[in-house]
Amino acid sequence: MYGNAYIDPNEKANAMLAGEDPIKLAEFEARIARGEKIEPKDWMPKEYRKQLIRMIEQHGHSEIIGALPEGTWITRAPGFKRKLALMAKVQDEVGHAQLLYSAAETLGKSREDMINDLITGKSKYSNVFNYPAYTWADACIIAWLIDAGAIINQVANAKGSYGPYCRALDRICTEESFHLKYGHDNVVTLATGTPIQRKMVQEALTRWWPPIMHFFGPSDKISSHTEILMRWKVKMASNDDMRQQFLNMYVPKIWDLGLVIPDANLKKNEEIGKWDYTEPDWDEFKRVINGGGPCNAERLAVRRMAEEKGRWVRAALLRKDEKYVTPLA
Amino acid sequence: MINSLDPRIKREQINEDNTIAPLTEMDQFETYEVFHQKKRGDQHVHVGIVHAPNAEMALLFGKEQFGRRGLSVNIWVVKTSNVFASDYDDADIFETVPEKQYREAGGYKVMDKINKYKKENKA
Ligand SMILES: [Fe+2]
Ligand SMILES: [Fe+2]
Repeated sequence: MYGNAYIDPNEKANAMLAGEDPIKLAEFEARIARGEKIEPKDWMPKEYRKQLIRMIEQHGHSEIIGALPEGTWITRAPGFKRKLALMAKVQDEVGHAQLLYSAAETLGKSREDMINDLITGKSKYSNVFNYPAYTWADACIIAWLIDAGAIINQVANAKGSYGPYCRALDRICTEESFHLKYGHDNVVTLATGTPIQRKMVQEALTRWWPPIMHFFGPSDKISSHTEILMRWKVKMASNDDMRQQFLNMYVPKIWDLGLVIPDANLKKNEEIGKWDYTEPDWDEFKRVINGGGPCNAERLAVRRMAEEKGRWVRAALLRKDEKYVTPLA
Repeated sequence: MINSLDPRIKREQINEDNTIAPLTEMDQFETYEVFHQKKRGDQHVHVGIVHAPNAEMALLFGKEQFGRRGLSVNIWVVKTSNVFASDYDDADIFETVPEKQYREAGGYKVMDKINKYKKENKA
């Protein structure tokens, strides 16, 4: 990638590289091209740092907020074993947030700043968690299919270029395999159960299908910006490619159970090996992500309450001589 | 008041527009690097960090975060500020190491000489 070192700030394609040292940039890009990882104290372009902080932080927020719809069913999970399993899953998700916040921290944003940006609504998190889990079956659909989507995204990102993010994701992906199996087991139990159970899981699937199709986001704009992020291995796959991968892996499994996906146009186009589907309603997506969803207000209010209630405990534990330094890795 | 589907949240009687003062510096404490040993005889391996107000709590969080699955027999926590690390920019200090064949078992090959000697001295 040495060829990309020359920076012409007048050229739109390179605007995001303006002001970067061309020699350092060339070394940085060559390292990534060789498949080596970038570590926290390495030189990196400002835009690389900015994009990674934004991405890892939002990922962390999604784990924390994602624990809320599922947590709704902890007290009423059917049976002791499922209650234990759901608690373990929710604990994992909160642990994932800790791992991700730590990775983002190595890039220079403090955990306090990340939490502040979450609770004031400045930072985003995955839009799917602005929807409620109406029934136990909703919690099962989330554990199976939302986690399935998350795994596709996380496995792709684990091959990215930033060392601490990759390490966090490797650990996360191992735990996600339990979430997926647990979710699938629950959905299969309902789908092969009594007519009432089948109805319950079908209704949950119908409710969750639009948010699931929104999960990977709208088609990427093909821009020089996206191209650079892909070259830097910050963005590892296009939104549409990940959505296709999800459909390819999970639609047959859903159909196996005799469940109906609420999209009459959904079918595999065998000629091109891709799935046709009705274009998701992106206006609805935008409306919800900008605060208009059924649970946006609740999610943030709950986070604020939790931060506030724990504050005096943390203050009491803080020693005067404590001094923060950025974690190493 | 939030009318949540989650009974635990409903009981809290939270206002939707509650506001709180922002978290201030050190609210989340300093960090500890965590080293995890899977079983006796293994090395302790660095697995990540935890935020904690003291070493005892760092051990507790370390156990919860890195020891909830699989095997574990021991963890260490070390304040990040107490770790001295080399600089990636100085990685060239290791550059000549692979050349030092005289340090490797593979750097010593004698069979050719032995075979030649045996051939020449055959009775
Ligand atoms: Fe997760
Ligand atoms: Fe998960």
